[in-house]
Amino acid sequence: MIRLSNVQKTYPARRGNPAHTALHGIDLDIAAGEIVGVIGRSGAGKSTLIRCINLLEVPTSGSVIVDGADVTKLSKRDLPLFRRQLGMVFQHFNLLSSRTVFDNIALPLELAGATKAEIAAAVDPLLPLVGLEDKRDRYPAELSGGQKQRVGIARALSSNPKVVLCDEVTSALDPETTRQILGLLRDINKRLGLTMVVITHEMAVVKQLCDRVAVMDGGVIVEEGKVDGIFANPTHATTQSLLADEFLDYPARPGVVADAATVTATTGQEA
Amino acid sequence: MFATLAPILLQATLETFAMVTAALVLGTAVGLPLGVLLATSGRGELFEALIFQKTFGPIVNATRSVPFIILAVAIIPFTRLVVGTSIGTSAAIVPLTVAAIPFIARIIEGAIREVDGGLVEAAQAMGARPLQVVTKVLLPEALPGIIHGLTLTAVTLIGYSAMVGAVGAGGLGDLGIRYGYQRFRPDVMAAVVITLIVVVQLVQSLGDWMARKADKRNI
Repeated sequence: MIRLSNVQKTYPARRGNPAHTALHGIDLDIAAGEIVGVIGRSGAGKSTLIRCINLLEVPTSGSVIVDGADVTKLSKRDLPLFRRQLGMVFQHFNLLSSRTVFDNIALPLELAGATKAEIAAAVDPLLPLVGLEDKRDRYPAELSGGQKQRVGIARALSSNPKVVLCDEVTSALDPETTRQILGLLRDINKRLGLTMVVITHEMAVVKQLCDRVAVMDGGVIVEEGKVDGIFANPTHATTQSLLADEFLDYPARPGVVADAATVTATTGQEA
Repeated sequence: MFATLAPILLQATLETFAMVTAALVLGTAVGLPLGVLLATSGRGELFEALIFQKTFGPIVNATRSVPFIILAVAIIPFTRLVVGTSIGTSAAIVPLTVAAIPFIARIIEGAIREVDGGLVEAAQAMGARPLQVVTKVLLPEALPGIIHGLTLTAVTLIGYSAMVGAVGAGGLGDLGIRYGYQRFRPDVMAAVVITLIVVVQLVQSLGDWMARKADKRNI
């Protein structure tokens, strides 16, 4: 479905900042219907990578094949038409504050020139799918973070895309909401057979959602494979350290333990 | 006395209203696209056009740095060219519009720059063409700011319209100068000042109300 071959991205030097290469020759194959995670720390290049798929970032060199066509060769006129076949969900939702839930979800269809009837036919079934039937005419300011992300997901689905790109979609949400949103994405993937590319810095997201994972560091993919295999046997230091974060035990604040002991001691004496 | 004052006061108020409305509408018609271009023609932006950015920015600043009364007199030949005369209420609309255009352009630019860049990225990811980004995202999201700015422009234009009495236009300013000041009629002056205060209050309240209606960010 998606094949990145030797994709490089270099930002030119500007205003005293030296040139910066965010991607050093990325090769990645994503099969239709698969959920592939791309994990890495900030600055690893994963955001640039996902933006190279829908050409929000234009690769300096290399090819991006989506559905058989090299999309880096598309003209300015054809690029929007290609992008309409992809959905994208964002960390900070990026909903229009001036539009209701319904109208936000309808936006991709409006951009493609759909009629009112076509829009209603596409958007109305999406509301129950993401659990927002009762929020149809609400504005984003009236929704919780989880609800906003559900709108973001419905919006990404409304143009009936084959691929959905998820950019840190749960990073602004609390753990319980994260679980629900990941469950929803998994469910949508099963029901609609969508291909998904998921960018994250959390191993828990990969574990719950992805079939396959690519670990990035310093603009290269350092390790790649089935999620189970990577979790069972991480070979690269970056993968090991990302996994270690999952089970991180924060050291107790100095004094906390001692205070607790004092309290037990005192109450013990009183009893 | 009120019976004689009321008709000329009403007449002057209507003239001011006509001048300001015409200048606001014409100024927006020209200033809005210019403001959009100012906000989106920078490097890597929607309609990258650095030449426009580099030439039009200074022109806007130059126009805005000329005191309005000087501008009104300086462009008299242009005014004659457009309306055939440099005297009267319709002639006054020309300098008012010329002053309003850069003012509005800067206000639109500012309001659009306040829109979160993530929304532009999201729209592009959905396959929006550059013009669609403007009409579907930037302008609707900037609308509360634009309404606030146009309200400010209207109030400023009411002030400017008082100065165009100097080039023979009518309106409240002209009435105040000719009757109130030159004919020693403090009652006329007071009536003009009170009317201006009321008009400005009404315009500001209306603008605030419309901006509130358009703003869905805090419900």
